[in-house]
Amino acid sequence: MPELKATPIAARAAECPFDPAPELRAMLRDDELPRIKVPSPLLGEFEAVAVTRFEDARTLLGDDRLLTGQSLPTQPGNLLSYDGPEHARLRRMLTGFFTTKRARALRPMIDDVVAARLDALAAAGPGADLVQAFCAPIPTQVICELLGVPYADREDFRHRAEVALDMNSTRDEQIQKAADMQAYMGGLVAGHRDEPGDNLLGDIVREHGDELADIELVGIGNMLLIAGHETITSMLAVGIALLLQHPDQLAIVRDDPAAVDGAVEELLRYCTPATILPRQAAAALCVRGQDISEGERVVVSILAANRDPRGTGRDLDTLDVRRPPQPHMAFGHGPHQCLGQQLARTQLRVALPALFTRFPTLRLAVPPAEVDYKTTALVFGVKTLPVAW
Amino acid sequence: MRVEVDQERCAAVGRCAGIAPEVFDQRDEDGVVILLDATPAARGPVREAALLCPSAAIVVHEHRGGSHV
Repeated sequence: MPELKATPIAARAAECPFDPAPELRAMLRDDELPRIKVPSPLLGEFEAVAVTRFEDARTLLGDDRLLTGQSLPTQPGNLLSYDGPEHARLRRMLTGFFTTKRARALRPMIDDVVAARLDALAAAGPGADLVQAFCAPIPTQVICELLGVPYADREDFRHRAEVALDMNSTRDEQIQKAADMQAYMGGLVAGHRDEPGDNLLGDIVREHGDELADIELVGIGNMLLIAGHETITSMLAVGIALLLQHPDQLAIVRDDPAAVDGAVEELLRYCTPATILPRQAAAALCVRGQDISEGERVVVSILAANRDPRGTGRDLDTLDVRRPPQPHMAFGHGPHQCLGQQLARTQLRVALPALFTRFPTLRLAVPPAEVDYKTTALVFGVKTLPVAW
Repeated sequence: MRVEVDQERCAAVGRCAGIAPEVFDQRDEDGVVILLDATPAARGPVREAALLCPSAAIVVHEHRGGSHV
């Protein structure tokens, strides 16, 4: 692996990776919108406007003149490659699969998946790497069931997703993984074209197959597969690691079912697994009297914005799972925000209390300072989470 | 209290339908918000849904012709 190169806008504090790094906090205090250098495996180093304040982030991410499509290499079918009416058309083919009602209907399946993992953990214990034994299998199995992707193929697609989200992977590695992903999903899509399955990919082919090219269906499938497992794996793992270091907060999640929904929101806000969001200005914009030129790249630090206390009168650096409702942008904001957020919430709401109830003596098996966090990946996670009970 | 929703702005993620299901629903085909009750009695959850709407697609008028929240 080459030398790690954390960008200041993505940086987490060395001694506590849940917190923004000091240089990021300095940007948050500054009135000026700074220009910074951001490294990228595919684009090389690029200059961007750094956005750290919550209100600025909300304004910009909700502004349809700030595009995501131009800020990334184009992948047909991937919602992040589209903006405006084209984006809305494609997104609304998918939103019906991710409504609150649909997520609620999936709850029994998620309960079963979680229960099976807990049984397997109990049988294998009294210790485990929770990433491999709990955090990764649950969302992977859920998204496989939902999409109609064979769970047996998980090792391959999980590895490819990891490379795709690693800011330190090389351009060649990323291009190779993208080609592998295309080939794999291409095979699944061809199967659904012949005989649409009883799952999301089959439903999309049935309902929208005549409006979508195969390459778009492949892009949709890969987007949902990667977004559906990698982020929730990471969120479960860092959420558990955090709660194990805050036993009083953990006890609330375990013992008070009425507190779980709010606790999950606080954990999302506090952990912010998707650290930064890249954008590009399609037109000249003005934020708090400061100009962003047409064509300029913009990087929004969700990590900083979710800790910005301006106007809240609250201490947002303290973890408080009983906090009154506090808006956060862990799923993004505006037209591109996370499509699967209700599904993600449902998995977190089921998995966290179930784990702590089943293993009331759960503890870290390594000193907290030795937990191996992934701080330079696009998604904040842990490499392993050794626990005992 | 009077509630308005903007179906164009709505990103169809169903935050409101999760928080105040008696006031907000989602269209089955594309998840876009449906307002079930424009003058709801239960104000707390509606205010919370408006505050937390990640598209700022819900406007709450607290008084007749009054202020926005």
